[in-house]
Amino acid sequence: MKRANFVATTAAASGVFALGFELPLKPRLAEAAEGAPAIRLQGFVRIAPDETVTIVSPQAEMGQGVATSIPMLVAEELDCDWARVRIESFPTVDKIYNNPAFGTMGTGGSSSVRGWYLPARKVGGQARAMLVAAAAAKFGVPATDLRTQNGVVYHDASSRKATYGELASAAAALTAPTDVTLKTADKFTIIGKPLRRLDLRDKVTGRAGFGIDVVVPGMLFAAIKQSPVFGGGVGRYEESSILKRPGVKKVVNLKSGVAVVADRYWRAKSALDAMAITWQDGANAALDETAIATAIAAGFSETALVAKKVGDPDAALASAAKVVTAEYHVPYLAHAPMEPMNCTASVTADRCEIWAPTQAPGPVVGVAARLTNLAPDKVTVNMTYLGGGFGRRFAMDFVQQAILLSQAAGAPVKVIWSREEDVQHDVYRPRSSTRIKAGLDASGKLVAWQQRIVSPSIANASPNAPNPPTKADSTSVEGSADKRYTIPNFIVDYVPKDFAVPVFYWRSVGNSQNGFFFESMLDEVAHAAGKDPYAFRKELVADKPRLLNVLEIAAKNGNWGKPLPKGSGRGIALHESFGSMVAEVAEVSVDAKNHLRVHRVSCAIDCGQVVNPNTVEAQVQSAVIYGLTAALFGRITINKGRVVQTNFTDYPMVRLAQAPHINVEIVKSAIAPTGVGEPGTPPIAPAVANAIFAATGKRIRTLPFVRAGFTA
Amino acid sequence: MISFSVNKKRVSVDDAPDTPLLWVIRDTVGLTGTKFGCGIAQCGACTVLVDGSPTRSCSFPVGAVAGKSVTTIEGLANGETLSAVQQAWLETQVPQCGYCQSGMIVATTALLKEHPKPTDAQIDAALTNICRCGTYDRIRVAVKKAAGLA
Repeated sequence: MKRANFVATTAAASGVFALGFELPLKPRLAEAAEGAPAIRLQGFVRIAPDETVTIVSPQAEMGQGVATSIPMLVAEELDCDWARVRIESFPTVDKIYNNPAFGTMGTGGSSSVRGWYLPARKVGGQARAMLVAAAAAKFGVPATDLRTQNGVVYHDASSRKATYGELASAAAALTAPTDVTLKTADKFTIIGKPLRRLDLRDKVTGRAGFGIDVVVPGMLFAAIKQSPVFGGGVGRYEESSILKRPGVKKVVNLKSGVAVVADRYWRAKSALDAMAITWQDGANAALDETAIATAIAAGFSETALVAKKVGDPDAALASAAKVVTAEYHVPYLAHAPMEPMNCTASVTADRCEIWAPTQAPGPVVGVAARLTNLAPDKVTVNMTYLGGGFGRRFAMDFVQQAILLSQAAGAPVKVIWSREEDVQHDVYRPRSSTRIKAGLDASGKLVAWQQRIVSPSIANASPNAPNPPTKADSTSVEGSADKRYTIPNFIVDYVPKDFAVPVFYWRSVGNSQNGFFFESMLDEVAHAAGKDPYAFRKELVADKPRLLNVLEIAAKNGNWGKPLPKGSGRGIALHESFGSMVAEVAEVSVDAKNHLRVHRVSCAIDCGQVVNPNTVEAQVQSAVIYGLTAALFGRITINKGRVVQTNFTDYPMVRLAQAPHINVEIVKSAIAPTGVGEPGTPPIAPAVANAIFAATGKRIRTLPFVRAGFTA
Repeated sequence: MISFSVNKKRVSVDDAPDTPLLWVIRDTVGLTGTKFGCGIAQCGACTVLVDGSPTRSCSFPVGAVAGKSVTTIEGLANGETLSAVQQAWLETQVPQCGYCQSGMIVATTALLKEHPKPTDAQIDAALTNICRCGTYDRIRVAVKKAAGLA
C-alpha cells in the first residue's frame, strides 16, 4: 500500500546513512534554536557520495512551486549541479524552518520567497564555503586559490579537482562560517531561469502524497457533519443502528458536530448520512442576508476608524468642479481548494503525531499540545502536499477534529470532509461594502477621494482583539487605504460590522475586495472626467516609475486603444499588494443574450528579482483565474443562520471553456523579491468590470457579475 | 465479492455494491492517485477509465464495474516511461497543487483516443474538470502538444 510520497521520502531520508551533511538531526536542531549558524546546513542540505544534493524546503507546497524556488536559492550559492538536486519537505517543525516573515512555520501572505531570499542563499553559501575549506585542507592550498562550479571544487594552478560528493564527509565536520559573501545578480546561474518544478513528475503519475492520501498502520476513517447554523451544536442523534453497520467503530459527539469512525471512509460516510441528527441551532438561527445588509447599511452612518487621511477631503469635495459618488458591494466567499479539508492524527498517552495538509505547521504544534496536554516536543507534524490552500489551510479546525477523533477512537484517525461541509463550514472572505465620493477639478484632475468601508473584521474575530477595536483592521482596508496614487485630499475610514459567519484570509485578503472597489471607481471617475482610463491612471502614477512601467506594459500587450467590434471592450486595472505591482488588461465580449466571455487577459508584474519565471507566470495565471471565478460566480449567502450554497453546483467554478488566455510579462529587476502568489488576484475583477462597461455601458458595482444578469 | 481489473491486475473487493468506485480504488485497492473533490460528479478529480470510457468514479457504484477493466492515473505510464499525455503535461509544466491533475490527464487520455487531433471546441467539451489553481491555459497547450498539434 502506497504512503503519502512527500512524507515517505522524508521518513526514509531521516534513516539514511549519515554521510555528507546528514548528521543526527534532532540534537543539532535543538542547538540551532540557540542560533548556531552551522546547524542550518544539517537541516537544509545533504550531499551524498553519488553527488545527489538534497535540499529541504521549509514552506508548504500548495501549488505555488515553492518546493523548487527555495532550493533554487540554496543551489545558486552552493554552486551545485541543478540536475543532481532532489527536494524534500522539512522533517520536523523547528525554529530553523520558521518563515523569516512570520517567526513561525507557516506559508501565506505571499511571503515564502520574500522571506527566504537571503537566508536560503546564506545556507547555500555556508555549505559551499565548508566544501571549499575541505578541499583546501585536502590539497594543502589556501581556500582563496579555489573556485567552484557545478558541484566541483577546482584548484586551477595544479589542475586538481574534487567533487562535492567526495568532499561532503570532511566538510560536514567543519564549522560553518558565519559570514559568507553572496553572489551579485549578474553572477546568477540558477536564479532567474525558468526551471522545471521538481514535484511535477509525481504530480502527473499520481504518486504525489496529499494529506488525504496518508496511510498509517491501524488507521480508521472519519466522516463529519457540523452544525448547519454557525455557533450551533449537536442535539440528539440515534447511534445504536449506526453502530451495527459494517465497519463502523464509533460515533463521536464533538459538540459542534458529529463524526462516524469506521474502517473505511465510505463506511463512515454512508453511516453518517443514514444517521438522524437534530441540531441545537443556538442564537444565530435568524441571521440572513436582509439582517446582514441592514446592519451594514446602518454602519455607513456610525462612527468610523480612520485608516488613512491626507489633506482636507471635505473641503476639496465642497469646492470640486464635479463629484462622483458610488456604492460597491462584494459578498462572502468560500476558498474551496480542490482537496477537501482532511487531517490524520495518532494520539497516544505520550505522543501526538499529525499528518496534515496545513499552511501553518508551526501553530499546529501549539494547538495539538493544548488539546492533548502533551509537551510540544511530544508533538510531531508530518507535512504533506496541499491540494490548494488559498488561506483556508491556515485554520486549525480540521486538525483539532483529527486529534479529538483519534483520542476518542483510541487509534489513528483520518477525518475527511465532504465538499458540502467544506462549502458550508469554511472561514469566509468577509463581505464588504463601500461608499466613495471622488472630486474632480475643472481640468478633470482627481483632487479628492473620500471612502468609507463597512465589513466584518478578521482582526476582531481574534480572542485577543480589543473591544471596541482601537484602529481600522488593516485586512479590511488594505488595497484602498494604502493605494499609492497621487491624490492630494484623501480619506479611507472603516466601520467594523461583525456577524456569526466566521471570516478569514482569502487569496490577497482585503486587496481582493478593495482592488475591485478602488479600480472600478477610478474607471467611473476617469469617464466622468472625459479621460481614457489608461491615460487617467498614468497621470496618477507619473512619479512612480515601477507602477507606471507595469501599467504601460499591460496596456501595450493588451492592445489598449486598438479598435474592437461592437459588444466587445477592454478594461484596465492597476494594483499593488504584497510588495508587487500588477497591471491587467481584460478583453471581453457580451452578446445579445448577455453572455459574457473573457477572451484575453494581459498581465504585467513587477515582483522584484524573479527567482523562477516558470512559476511566476503560473502563479499570476492562477491568481487571475481565482479572482475571475469569484468575480463571475462567487457568492456565499446566509439564510436561517447557515450557508445556502452546498457544492460546485451552486458555488460554481471557472472551467476550461470559460478560461481566458492569460499573457504574463515579468518585469526584469534586481530589487529583492516581493510577493507572487496573491498580487495577480486583485486587479482582475475591476479589469473585467471595466471591460464590461466599455463593451456595454453597464457599470457593475455589486459582485458577482452573474447577479447583474450575465451568464458565462 | 466484486471482481474487476485495475490497471490490468485482477482485484476482488468486499465493499457493498453501492460503494462509489472512487473509495474502493483509494481505500480498498490502495491506489490514491485518483482524487476526491466533490462527490457529485461535478469536478472530475476522480476520473478513471472504465473499459476505456472516462468515468467520474465518485458517483459510479463499484457493483457496476464487475468484470470490467478500470484504468487509473497509476496505469497510464509504462514503468518509468510516461504516456504521451503525461509527458506533455510535464513539458508544459501544467500542475500547480496537482490535486486535480490525475483527473485532467485521464480525461485527456480518453479525449485523444476519441479525437486524436481535437479542436478547441472538442477540448472544451471533453475537459469539464475543475482546477482551482487555474492551470487551464497550460492544459490547453499540453493537450495540443500531446496530440502533436503544437
